[in-house]
Amino acid sequence: MNIVVLVKRVPDTNAKIVVTNERVDLSSVKWVISPYDEFAIEMALRHRESNGGEVVALTLGDAQSDKVLKDAKAIGVDKLVRIWNDNWNYLDSVGIQSALAQTITELGAQVVYCGKSAADTGAASTGPGLAEKLGWPNISNAVETEFGDKLLVTAPVSGNPAKLEVGLPAVITCDKGPYKVRKPNVKGIMMAKKATVEVKEASIPEQTVKLESHSYPPQKPAGKQFHGSESVQNVVQLLRDEANVI
Amino acid sequence: MSESIVIAEMNDGKVSATTAELVSAALAYGSTPTLVIPCTTPSVADGEGYEGVTQVIACVASVFSSFDAAGWAEALDELTSEGSIFVSASPHSRDLAARLAARKGIPVVQDVIRIENGKFTSPVYSGKANQTVSVTGDAAISIRSNIFQGASPATMTCNVVDKSGQVSVAIKEMLNRANERLDVSEANIIISGGRGMGNPSNFSHLEEIADVLGAAVGASRAAVDTWDEIPHSMQVGQTGKTVNPNLYIAVGISGAIQHLAGMRSSKYIVAINKDAEAPIFQHADYGIVATWEEALPELSTHLQAMLG
Ligand SMILES: Cc1cc2nc3c(=O)[nH]c(=O)nc-3n(C[C@H](O)[C@H](O)[C@H](O)COP(=O)(O)OP(=O)(O)OC[C@H]3O[C@@H](n4cnc5c(N)ncnc54)[C@H](O)[C@@H]3O)c2cc1C
Ligand SMILES: Nc1ncnc2c1ncn2[C@@H]1O[C@H](COP(=O)(O)O)[C@@H](O)[C@H]1O
Repeated sequence: MNIVVLVKRVPDTNAKIVVTNERVDLSSVKWVISPYDEFAIEMALRHRESNGGEVVALTLGDAQSDKVLKDAKAIGVDKLVRIWNDNWNYLDSVGIQSALAQTITELGAQVVYCGKSAADTGAASTGPGLAEKLGWPNISNAVETEFGDKLLVTAPVSGNPAKLEVGLPAVITCDKGPYKVRKPNVKGIMMAKKATVEVKEASIPEQTVKLESHSYPPQKPAGKQFHGSESVQNVVQLLRDEANVI
Repeated sequence: MSESIVIAEMNDGKVSATTAELVSAALAYGSTPTLVIPCTTPSVADGEGYEGVTQVIACVASVFSSFDAAGWAEALDELTSEGSIFVSASPHSRDLAARLAARKGIPVVQDVIRIENGKFTSPVYSGKANQTVSVTGDAAISIRSNIFQGASPATMTCNVVDKSGQVSVAIKEMLNRANERLDVSEANIIISGGRGMGNPSNFSHLEEIADVLGAAVGASRAAVDTWDEIPHSMQVGQTGKTVNPNLYIAVGISGAIQHLAGMRSSKYIVAINKDAEAPIFQHADYGIVATWEEALPELSTHLQAMLG
């Protein structure tokens, strides 16, 4: 079984995001594996343990992304692959998905795990978009998976948990599940130091999305504070008359 | 003006009210929208129409009773052959936007909260910044609800296009879904409890108020991590769900940055907390300094008096 897990390098979610000259300034943030990708790694490793095979961690990014690949190696993946071209800068969804799809095809993957959304974009586009490009089904926001010839995936449908069966190949995007993800251990970290990253190129169509600017979200005007439960009646009235929400 | 496609947001087989907001967004982009209603019987499209919409098409296919975004994209393929595509930023419709975009080789821009001069703005970095982009050519765009003022309804005739039987579904639903409470990602009003609720059985007080308001019940991570009875599906925040309701009521929640990441874009925020210094109050439109033991019975009484 060829299993691919996507990992993305993103700013630590506790990091302060600074905007200067209409661009986020990420020069002093700490970088980590995007949080949901940790669940994707866990799923990929469990799939390998259940069915055998090999797990390739795949990222699209410049050389600085080697670090998150090595982190994935320390957790237990087998191989590391990075896609990059020095002419790339801001890539739109077409660029990202085309490059990932080409590489995933070259790797002969039968299943792809990724995060439900990345901590920087928050988009939740890559899993379903990639699946469409590959002509595969996808299940989004999986919390648990049972592995067999087919996958039995627990994921929300209209907000309620459902069990879904899907044949392979497929793309599964992962949400936080009711299990602990494994973390790097000492042996893993030693091995990861020696691991090599295979760098691949891919061709992408001309980009049609242009990044114009970043900005801070507008500050909300100061709210009103009340003391004591006597004020509840007042607030209920304001919710109707001023806010118009009930 | 360029043409665009608005795909109606469906809820339980009916056209959801946020569809009017999608029409406004398409108009704000300077496009003339066609409204496409994905349905299993064309009668749900009866009487649907909005000012500014050039035509209404009911797209009929059995796949629309399932949730498989791949099947939806296939069924909607021909009806979305030209023009930018506008959908709601609900979990299912985001998948659909990504699928349709990939199918057509056009980019997808998710979670749009502003459209100005043909540029799209969306929150990034868990809402700590906004990002504005421009697109050459068509794109698939998902729009956050409760931001655009809905377009006015208008009486229109509806064309029916039948796509039944042409689509295969690759995903089988094996287990009937539990008939659980409304999910936070689908609710217009959310009442959430945190560690300050003391123990999980006290969440029943939140459920009682949720029932009066037609709201969903959410939770902070501290509540989810501390109590097995509170499932992760209820968690709001950076590692939980991002929500954008009209009204968010935070009870016994301190307002940590990771919790704010999931709810700060709510239209109105009410906080009930016994500590006047709790950070949540800096983000609340209406803050009530009181224990929940004192405040929730009052809230329940006055809401029932008003709505019950
Ligand atoms: C990487 C990471 C991701 C995270 N993701 C999330 C996330 O997705 N969602 C999330 O919520 N958190 C998240 N957290 C955790 C977050 O930092 C906070 O720890 C958490 O939000 C605190 O939950 P709380 O407000 O319920 O608890 P506390 O911070 O303990 O606050 C309890 C509040 O209840 C009040 N209180 C106590 N008794 C009463 C009473 N009787 N009546 C009224 N008020 C009372 C107290 O004054 C206090 O303000 C994350 C943290 C990290 C590091
Ligand atoms: N540049 C990238 N490299 C590797 N994986 C990515 C990249 N971009 C997105 N992904 C994967 O797709 C998921 C969803 O990303 P997004 O669509 O940006 O929200 C992430 O959690 C990753 O697993």
